Amino acid sequence: MHTMMPIEKRIVQIVTGPGETALFKSGERVRISDRLPVGHYRVPRYIRGKQAIIESVIEPAAINNEEEGFGRNAGIKLHYYRVIVPLSELWPDYPASSNDGLHIEVCENWLDLL
Amino acid sequence: MSTEHTHHDHSPITAPENPPSYYEIMETAIRELLLEKKLIGAGEIRRQIELLDSRTPAVGAKIVARAWLDSDFRKRLLADGTSACEEMGITFYDSTQLIVVENTDTVHNLLVCTLCSCYPRPVLGLPPDWYKLKPYRSRAVKEPRALLAEFGTIIPENVEIHVSDSTAMVRYLVLPQRPRGTDNFNEEQLAALVTRDSMIGVVRANQPSNGEPQ
Repeated sequence: MHTMMPIEKRIVQIVTGPGETALFKSGERVRISDRLPVGHYRVPRYIRGKQAIIESVIEPAAINNEEEGFGRNAGIKLHYYRVIVPLSELWPDYPASSNDGLHIEVCENWLDLL
Repeated sequence: MSTEHTHHDHSPITAPENPPSYYEIMETAIRELLLEKKLIGAGEIRRQIELLDSRTPAVGAKIVARAWLDSDFRKRLLADGTSACEEMGITFYDSTQLIVVENTDTVHNLLVCTLCSCYPRPVLGLPPDWYKLKPYRSRAVKEPRALLAEFGTIIPENVEIHVSDSTAMVRYLVLPQRPRGTDNFNEEQLAALVTRDSMIGVVRANQPSNGEPQ
């Protein structure tokens, strides 16, 4: 994993390629897609459709291993994010006052900004 | 050592009596085919077994002990687990990244893989059987406090539980809290208190007094 330089220290004229720059920032609220594609997708069903908070961007962008699993990887990389879903959001019977949370890595193509 | 095998205090070495399972037969067939077609060599298989055997909870315990003793290393480890471990000569042969999560007075971490059995093999070796079973995998995300209590780990209500579910390319390692009364301990003595289960987060590190989990 590599930590990116703070924005103010980067060379300004550099334009990045598709997928190289993370779409989301830590602290942003997102929704995890509620899709049901066929196959072994790395997004467990129990978090699909749930709201989450971006905890951190996992650098650098990495191969979308779902596509890779089907032999369809054309070298496209996307960012993974460590996101937080409160357990009280996941399970109706979990005490609402609890700050217990699920921390999980989700690929960019499964997240939408709220 | 005598060339003659004279002692007889062990039972005779025999092949297992049970017939091999479906998957054992499949593994043997594929391995023999790969060898026969010279796609891999027997030495490569042996080397891979040596690689896996060299990764045990003792490796993880050394990482934890060093982090307890060296605050700069601890910072690097929490900022970038992969590169901090690489400093110690640990390679990530399975192309996974490592995130180290730290237990504190306010946070307790627990690791699981709900989809299968993803585990930080480069630093802990093979996962325990219970880690791969569905009751552990489902309860870790559904009722972590009750699950931890069954391991004898009671987490106070004011301590947040963070469950890390590893799904794709990242593996996790728990940095347990350093037990009290270990101020004078060296790295080796500290590492002896760090169990596999404490690095999964189901228990705390052992106390120095009794060597038993609390």
